[in-house]
Amino acid sequence: MNKILSLLFGRLPIGWLQLSHSKGRLIAAVSGVAFANLLVFMQLGILGALNSSTVAPYSLLGADIILSSQAGNTLTDSDNVAQVWMFQALSVPGVAAASPIFIGNLPITLVDGTSATLLTFGVDATKLGFVSPSIAKSLGQLTIENTALIDKGTRGVPADVIAGIEAGNPFSFEANGRTLSAIATMNVSGGFLADGMMVTSDQSFFRLFGARTSAAPNHILLQVDEGVSHDAVATRLRAALPAQSVKIQTLQEAAGADLAFMSTQRPTGIIFGFGVFMGILVGLVIVYQVLSTDVADHLREYATFKAMGYGNTFFLGIVFEEAIVLAIFGFIPGLIVSMGLYAGLVSVTGLPVEMDIGRAVLVFLGTLTACTISGAIATRRLARADPADLF
Amino acid sequence: MANLDPIHVQGLDHFFGAGDARKQAIFDINLTIKRGSLTILMGPSGSGKTTLLTLIGALRDVQTGHIRVLDRELNGADETALVQLRRRLGFIFQAHNLHESLTATQNVLMGLQVHGAGDAAKQRIAAHHMLDLLGLPDRRDYLPGSLSGGQKQRVAVARALVSNPEIILADEPTAALDKASGQTVVELLKALGQQRGATTIMVTHDPRILELADRIITLEDGRIVSDKTND
Ligand SMILES: Nc1ncnc2c1ncn2[C@@H]1O[C@H](COP(=O)(O)OP(=O)(O)OP(=O)(O)O)[C@@H](O)[C@H]1O
Ligand SMILES: [Mg+2]
Repeated sequence: MNKILSLLFGRLPIGWLQLSHSKGRLIAAVSGVAFANLLVFMQLGILGALNSSTVAPYSLLGADIILSSQAGNTLTDSDNVAQVWMFQALSVPGVAAASPIFIGNLPITLVDGTSATLLTFGVDATKLGFVSPSIAKSLGQLTIENTALIDKGTRGVPADVIAGIEAGNPFSFEANGRTLSAIATMNVSGGFLADGMMVTSDQSFFRLFGARTSAAPNHILLQVDEGVSHDAVATRLRAALPAQSVKIQTLQEAAGADLAFMSTQRPTGIIFGFGVFMGILVGLVIVYQVLSTDVADHLREYATFKAMGYGNTFFLGIVFEEAIVLAIFGFIPGLIVSMGLYAGLVSVTGLPVEMDIGRAVLVFLGTLTACTISGAIATRRLARADPADLF
Repeated sequence: MANLDPIHVQGLDHFFGAGDARKQAIFDINLTIKRGSLTILMGPSGSGKTTLLTLIGALRDVQTGHIRVLDRELNGADETALVQLRRRLGFIFQAHNLHESLTATQNVLMGLQVHGAGDAAKQRIAAHHMLDLLGLPDRRDYLPGSLSGGQKQRVAVARALVSNPEIILADEPTAALDKASGQTVVELLKALGQQRGATTIMVTHDPRILELADRIITLEDGRIVSDKTND
């Protein structure tokens, strides 16, 4: 370690030697940074799961543009949009096809008597192009009354039941006094939205949700002509349809808007965002505290070095060296423990909490930056090292 | 034209504090020190010995008067110039001021690395050689915490001398030491100074050291009251 750092800095690694000399301080500082990292990782992990839950249902859809009610918030938290806009939209140049989609939360009872809520999507089972290819292959079977596709991650449905469905043994459950049969599975995992998800034909959907009619779907999905820009068609649609009642977005825009809504307008998003901020603050305070105490404890030595002819950059170098050592040594355990906790969260809650490299790199860079900032503030104490006081 | 004398002090006054608390510690000092000499600075407590030493060592700003050290005017010099100059001086403090996290060798290396990274292996050899000269060959890798007071002060001397400073400024370097260690340190300082042609100014009250001196200057209330040269 000493050799590597000596080569790196072209001088003795004073910062490292100083930190490793006071073991208690080093351990406290590293645990502090690791803890701050852990906080940030947990918040980001849950925020990430929230975000992927939010956009997960989009993976069910095969569409270019989506028409929604202005009163709705997100894909699954939406109001109804009048079916008439579908026919108007079809007359706009560039729009190739349209299909309504119906969404509702369905309370179900499992064979063992437990209940759960499934986010249910009713789609036209004859229009394969409006769902994703993986769903399209089983879509034809949904024309049989009271059949459904069920998400593999549905809480309360054991893995062997899912395996059974895939092996050709439909799974039955009760909803609104009807017996539904899950005949195939899909893989969406929108852990935060509901206990699970289900896709049925629009006809089955109307039977399950007696109050819903084909005149008022939740969204209208549009496909544009081959080779035509989605944005251009969206612009034309905005000109043709009344803005106060219909929201027109490309699928990407809609997903982006849902993410923004969930992270800035909903308490969960704000809470976790705030958690990240708190984690960073905890890290900043701990590192500042450790580094400034360390500077204060070594003022005499620093004053001696000043007298010997060491300049300001040398002292800044020591403090930054310490900051970098703390960032690296704190990040590694923070990352490892976080990955363990992620795995625990996944097995307990089924939420899609995953460590991705981008997040790890981001948090590491953030840790380096935060430690450097704390170091920079701590160096203000260096000015008090006056070599004339040594005698 | 280059001034051959390494230290030249002219009309130097120095004040501490401001307003009513303003107090003069140094009064009109004029002094020229010859290259390679060992000068002892004596005087009662509070007479201004340390103040004068820190002024010559470029550790305090010169207020009035002039100090030329190694051909550089200190009055009005900028911080960079002062930092550069300090690298050519060797300071020995009353307290050893070793860095507790660095071994004896590493502390001595700090005296070399101030001049730049250099050849690490050569620097190590030089540091070891210096510690050997000071009688510490078997303490090279000790941390200050496990050295005696005399050993620590000798490491501090090694740190000050390892880079061959042109001027050595020592303020009561033996005050914290027992008689035997004090004597060793001063004899080493004198011998090394002579071998290497370094100019030394040392503050001391130790009568046994006086006979080693080339010149003895006595301060009282910030003024030179006696200036004797031994031949
Ligand atoms: N930082 C300071 N602030 C204010 N006054 C100071 C300061 N340093 C020294 N003085 C005053 O300047 C005068 C000279 O002090 P100095 O330390 O130079 O004396 P000294 O000869 O080294 O004494 P000693 O033998 O006790 O070390 C004293 O009156 C002292 O009180
Ligand atoms: Mg003094």
